[in-house]
Amino acid sequence: MYEYSDFDEAFVRRRNAQFRAQVERRIDGSLTEDEFRPLRLMNGLYLQLHAYMLRVAIPYGTLSSRKMRQLALIAERWDKGYGHFTTRQNIQFNWPKLTDVPEILDALADVEMHAIQTSGNTIRNVTADHFAGAAADEIEDPRPTAELIRQWSTDHPEFQFLPRKFKIGVTGSPHDRAVIKSHDIGLRIVRGSGGQTGYEVLVGGGLGRTPMVAQVIRPFLKKADLLPYLEAIVSTYNLMGRRDNKYKARIKITVFENGMEKFRDAVESRFEEVKREFTGFDPEVIAKIEHSFTPPAFRTAPEDGYETARKADPVFRAWTDTNLTAHRAPGYAIVTISLKAHGATPGDASAAQMRLMADLADRYGHGELRISHEQNVVLPHVHKSDLWALHAALKSEGLATANIGLVSDIIACPGMDYCALATARSIPIAQQIATHFKAIGLEEDIGALKIKISGCINACGHHHVGHIGILGLDRAGVENYQITLGGDHTENLTLGERAGPGFAYDEVVPAIERLLRAYLALRDDMSETFLDAYRRLGAEPFKAALYPAEAARDAA
Amino acid sequence: MSRAFTPKVVTANALIEGDVVYLTDDDRWTRDHAEAELIEDEAHAQIRLLKAEQQRNVVVGPYLADARRGAKGPEPVHFREGFRTRGPSNYPHGKQEAGHV
Repeated sequence: MYEYSDFDEAFVRRRNAQFRAQVERRIDGSLTEDEFRPLRLMNGLYLQLHAYMLRVAIPYGTLSSRKMRQLALIAERWDKGYGHFTTRQNIQFNWPKLTDVPEILDALADVEMHAIQTSGNTIRNVTADHFAGAAADEIEDPRPTAELIRQWSTDHPEFQFLPRKFKIGVTGSPHDRAVIKSHDIGLRIVRGSGGQTGYEVLVGGGLGRTPMVAQVIRPFLKKADLLPYLEAIVSTYNLMGRRDNKYKARIKITVFENGMEKFRDAVESRFEEVKREFTGFDPEVIAKIEHSFTPPAFRTAPEDGYETARKADPVFRAWTDTNLTAHRAPGYAIVTISLKAHGATPGDASAAQMRLMADLADRYGHGELRISHEQNVVLPHVHKSDLWALHAALKSEGLATANIGLVSDIIACPGMDYCALATARSIPIAQQIATHFKAIGLEEDIGALKIKISGCINACGHHHVGHIGILGLDRAGVENYQITLGGDHTENLTLGERAGPGFAYDEVVPAIERLLRAYLALRDDMSETFLDAYRRLGAEPFKAALYPAEAARDAA
Repeated sequence: MSRAFTPKVVTANALIEGDVVYLTDDDRWTRDHAEAELIEDEAHAQIRLLKAEQQRNVVVGPYLADARRGAKGPEPVHFREGFRTRGPSNYPHGKQEAGHV
């Protein structure tokens, strides 16, 4: 895992000291809220509906057990005993007091963490595949790239006041688990014709009020050219991007309004300039970063009793069926720990749960944890002979739910239970769907399904790319939920289509049940997923299930 | 003719805790919506909002929110303001915990 250099350490400590002084000046009245707001946002501190919220970056979703324990300590000492893992691989603390925030930031710095650039019109936390360094299909670990970008973008003097926020996602696998096509810049590590690795560069993706799929701007970029090329894209956007209208300020609109050809030409000509002046490519620095992501020493050992335990224990077997992913090392598995126990808040973990996951990472997983954009925790390297003991230990804190990829493994933003921007609640909708489908016993039967819920049009809950997307809105002072169908969050990124008029708060679960019962009746066989069936049959039969009255009228 | 004025309360977040607070008619900040001053006159509402805005070391982001007269005092009209009086629905945190509900 990357360790802070003296420079990183001094930089973070200095920023914390600055912010401590800014908080003091806000409290003694020397700074007004208008003056203070941009300063607190630069340090990840929001004011939400009921309290302040501190958003802490988890760069490329990677945590050590030590960092996870410190998050538990912060949750307990300064918050209400829990934290919320987000769709951008951050953690949010929902209840800090303004006066405690400098202490929290110092506690984060003690474990090489910070909240810098988790807000504001800057380059945000760089996200990556949560199975990085472990996935069987991976060409190369994306994290050294993500770390390099983190270092380049943090406090970058030219990019602190971009037209709008800027998100970069990186994957090293052909199967995209990092939703890179919904990012301002998406990077995919690919192999060039000569066998060397480089990047396919995509630009202009984003969800929100104008969802767009990123397009390729460069099919192959040499690794040594990464930073000057990124610099060229962001500086071109910094000049070309609109500042007259917040809703047209993201790079997706810049690319859309100018056309990819014109935007690419501008980037390429800027790239020529930047490249000439760029002296930042230092193979020694790169090698050092790469070295810090050296995989652990995988052991060659028999899978002792794993299959026997699977045969003997149906609960364990169900968990291994849903929560494991193929690892590249023989005898190993990638374990996803569900933070979606039926009825729980998606993405929330208590301090006790965080500590248990940290301990189990030490005992069985080389001390490493990941946070997925789907709001679960991943132990990337577990030997199969340890799985039975790991599963047994997870039960003590309610972390052994076998539901990854099923109807109850829902992404949900905080929605109007916390967020000042939200137009409706998300969390209780997710809770109700999860508990309802468990109660009626259809979860396993329905199989692979992605439900994603956002509490406003900004789409933190990725509703556009859910197989079933749910968007909470305020319609004339009442919560109302629009349903989209057929979205796909993978390398084949597809935006879902709106099914029709929205549903009232208490009509959502029955509507989803009608939809899924229709799917069960329509599918060819068990192997045809909801998304496959939707693609084969089109929207009509599913719309008919959602709106039976309209369907009956049309038929009459 | 101008539209009838919807009654208002002045609400904000406390500077240190971030808690949702309401301005009372005796110039205190309360955590209890029912204790808020229900303002039924538009001009008076603007004066009360100015009063709140001056207290910038006590509260953040004061604004006027629609309210109506209820049995125990002013009640919120919009569901967002309703949530602000209670706290989140997934945990008994915020106002529920502090016993203001």
